[in-house]
Amino acid sequence: MKIGVPKEVFEGEARVAMTPASARDLQKLGHDCVIEAGAGAAAGFSDAAYKEAGVQVLKTTASVWKGADVIAKVRPPTETEAKRLTKGKTLISFFYPGQNEKLMELANSKGAHVIAMDMVPRISRAQKMDALSSMANIAGYRAVIEAGNNFGRFFTGQVTAAGKVPPAKVLVVGAGVAGLAAIGTSTSLGAITYAFDVRPEVAEQIESMGAEFVYLDFEDTQDSAGTGGYAAPSSPEFREKQLEKFRELAPEMDIVITTALIPGRPAPVLWTKDMVEAMKPGSVIVDLAAEQGGNCELTQKDEKIVSDNGVTIVGYTDFASRMAAQSSTLYANNVRHMLTDLTPGKDGKIVHNMDDDVIRGATATYKGKVTYPPPKPKVQAIAAAPKKEKAKELTVEERRAQEIAAFKQQTRNQVTLLGVGGILMLLVGLVAPPSFLQHFIVFVLAVFVGFQVIWGVAHSLHTPLMSITNAISSIIIVGALMQIGSGSYLVILLSALAVFMAGINIFGGFLVTRRMLAMFQKS
Amino acid sequence: MDFGFTTAAYVVAAVLFILALGGLSNQESAKRAVWYGIVGMALAVFATLIGPGSGLWLLSLVLIGAGGVIGYQLAMRVQMTQMPELVAAMHSLVGLAAVFVGFNAHFEIGNVGHALVMGRDTSTLGTFAQLIAKKTTVELNILRIELFLGIFIGAITFTGSVIAYGKLSGRVDSAAKKLPGGHMLNAAAAALSVLCLIWYFNTGGFVPLFLMTLAALFIGYHLIMGIGGADMPVVVSMLNSYSGWAAAAIGFSLGNDLLIVVGALVGSSGAILSYIMCKAMNRSFISVILGGFGGTGGPAAEIEGEQIAIDADGVASALNEADSVIIVPGYGMAVAQAQQAVAELTRKLRAKGKTVRFGIHPVAGRLPGHMNVLLAEAKVPYDIVLEMDEINDDFPSTDVAIIIGSNDIVNPAAQEDPNSPIAGMPVLEVWKAKQVFVSKRGQGTGYSGIENPLFYKDNTRMFYGDAKASVDSLLPKID
Repeated sequence: MKIGVPKEVFEGEARVAMTPASARDLQKLGHDCVIEAGAGAAAGFSDAAYKEAGVQVLKTTASVWKGADVIAKVRPPTETEAKRLTKGKTLISFFYPGQNEKLMELANSKGAHVIAMDMVPRISRAQKMDALSSMANIAGYRAVIEAGNNFGRFFTGQVTAAGKVPPAKVLVVGAGVAGLAAIGTSTSLGAITYAFDVRPEVAEQIESMGAEFVYLDFEDTQDSAGTGGYAAPSSPEFREKQLEKFRELAPEMDIVITTALIPGRPAPVLWTKDMVEAMKPGSVIVDLAAEQGGNCELTQKDEKIVSDNGVTIVGYTDFASRMAAQSSTLYANNVRHMLTDLTPGKDGKIVHNMDDDVIRGATATYKGKVTYPPPKPKVQAIAAAPKKEKAKELTVEERRAQEIAAFKQQTRNQVTLLGVGGILMLLVGLVAPPSFLQHFIVFVLAVFVGFQVIWGVAHSLHTPLMSITNAISSIIIVGALMQIGSGSYLVILLSALAVFMAGINIFGGFLVTRRMLAMFQKS
Repeated sequence: MDFGFTTAAYVVAAVLFILALGGLSNQESAKRAVWYGIVGMALAVFATLIGPGSGLWLLSLVLIGAGGVIGYQLAMRVQMTQMPELVAAMHSLVGLAAVFVGFNAHFEIGNVGHALVMGRDTSTLGTFAQLIAKKTTVELNILRIELFLGIFIGAITFTGSVIAYGKLSGRVDSAAKKLPGGHMLNAAAAALSVLCLIWYFNTGGFVPLFLMTLAALFIGYHLIMGIGGADMPVVVSMLNSYSGWAAAAIGFSLGNDLLIVVGALVGSSGAILSYIMCKAMNRSFISVILGGFGGTGGPAAEIEGEQIAIDADGVASALNEADSVIIVPGYGMAVAQAQQAVAELTRKLRAKGKTVRFGIHPVAGRLPGHMNVLLAEAKVPYDIVLEMDEINDDFPSTDVAIIIGSNDIVNPAAQEDPNSPIAGMPVLEVWKAKQVFVSKRGQGTGYSGIENPLFYKDNTRMFYGDAKASVDSLLPKID
């Protein structure tokens, strides 16, 4: 198959969907590559470099669209471009089929297959084609650089001979891919970084990047697993709480980077006018959500403005394009991975397998049918956190009834035991002589005391208990001592042995117990 | 000194012993409790030495001193991992002492009888003899039964403890073994003992006593040989109980209340401890004592899947990322003497702000509370060492569970497979943690010989190797 890359026509777009390196890889899959002359120039890839990589460089746009079976682009096609599609051609680009229905209909009427790079499902296997993440990563990085460009101070705190410089304080709102990249960049530049997200489970990721998670004291937080890892709109109460927190933070922050997006909706307004007014002059706000209306109330799309109190608000939407060499490399690789999946035989033949979760998810039109929106992927993006089952609360009456039943049962057991024990004692008393009974009473009471005492012993002290009872059981020495004064040598010998052995036991047992107990200590 | 002082001293000693046992209800008061025990014992010995009719007190003191030196050496040298063996060995001494004292009582009865027939004064024969001389025939008969019982229990304790010592120290194969005939041999020996009792009761001769002693020695040997290593905690505490009952029985025959009180205390404490152990294993006391597991209703469920191994780097990186860690130690940790390494690991992880706790199963190790003592030796603070019931609910919210040398106590088959021999036994639900690492010497089964489905679970990784070497290899990788 022939893969063609036309020059991007969108004004200011510097990216390109194929690099010399990705072209080499595509050729290994058995494809031929063509590119429009000058397509890579803005990203720093010359026609000569493409030629060297074995790519055919065509002079006109039309010849690329006409000659190629697969068209790879960055931006969604314009109407003019879409009209150039013909039956059986495959278009791979960002497409945003949700917002561009007309364009999708147009492409479909032409009989073209459209693979939207922005629709690649968020599952582990598809990460290598997740162009949104690659672009967001760059945008996050670039946002910090743009902020630094407009910020008149160091990021790091420094103590110099000429005076002390405080470190910059950066707040990142929304810890998606872009947010995390911004956190990483900002901390590595030395700023004190705070981050906020409505999904509490990302706190760990935020902290792993070296930022401090701004905790909201709110109970009903959301679990994003059901929405494929994206945030969902939050409740009004939650929003209020959130804004209150931001209002509190605003005067301290030097740089605010907002990245909060909810898929398929205008960006939530999180940084209101009064917060901008509360900020110090010279502070910078970079709004990565400018495309969808902006998180900051004052953001102007594609513009950099300075508020009345001297706060710079950057509303560019082309952060990725501003780093065209890097973003082209990554995007071209995403496209190449997509084509690798589309060419399972590595023989240059495209197999559009609609049973494949990833390909099915990204396909917007196929064989004259609109296939958007795709069904839910079979594999869940992120394992859902198990819903916690609350222990069944017993009502007061139920608990009372249970307690009474347990108490009755206990009473019955105790009475039975006491009854049987009492009768046995009486029977013994009938036959045994009083001298025996005297001792027997002592014995029974001692057993009873032992019984009561031992239940209270802590589990962890069972070994010391054993060794101390072992030591105490050498009380048998008393018996031996009583006999050692006998007249018979045999008796003296045996009791002497018994005294000796019990002596070992007394000292050994108590010392070992002491050794053990001395080891137990509190932290 | 007169009899009154001795009796008073005995009362004080008995109270002190009760306080000594009761003080073990928590770690701090336990340290005081040992002193109560020591003072009680000193008082008892002192009171007996100066009490009525004791002779040869110099010899007695020398013997106690000699025994003390040996005891001191033993206690100071023993490794904490060898604690179970030491306790078992010392039980055997008590058992043997009880046998000797019992024999003495028998000989004294003979001597007194002889002296009375010859018309000599019995006062030269010592206190005990004087006591006997005052007894009526019925009392003498009861005395015979008492000393018979004392010798019987003492003899069982002696050989049983020796075998338990052998098994725990590895000198005797720890697998359950029975001579051909099994429990019939025990039953026969017990029957022989009963016959001897009747014989002895009627004649008062030495032969039946001696025969019975042999039979009891055999019972002790054979009974403990038939019990597998995994049940040793129960066995040791059972023997502990026996040594107490033996002392109590001897106390009866000597008419000494202190012996009776202390013997009963020790006896009941051992019995309760055994009961607690058995309950923790969901086994009946009888089936533990008679050895072997009870019959099961059908074949145990087949286990599917494979054990997946992991190396130290993998475990270390998981630990570095984890916020909460629960360590479940078992006998394997004691064998490998890995407690210091485990404690070091704990310190490192805690220094990084992670929550590290220990989950201790009641029957982990070979002695009740064995793991607690080992961890305490390694200076793991006891407030992060928790019991099974305290920690079982926390596993689902735990990132990493590390199993070090335990097997049956973390076996999910106890809950999942009704046909498993350990079905119904309460276990630590480690498999509910997000990740489980099992440090284990090889792929073999544990003491109980039961396959463990935990090792085949998706979130389980096997970290093969000696526990100490394994944990040591982790230490430099935790940063």
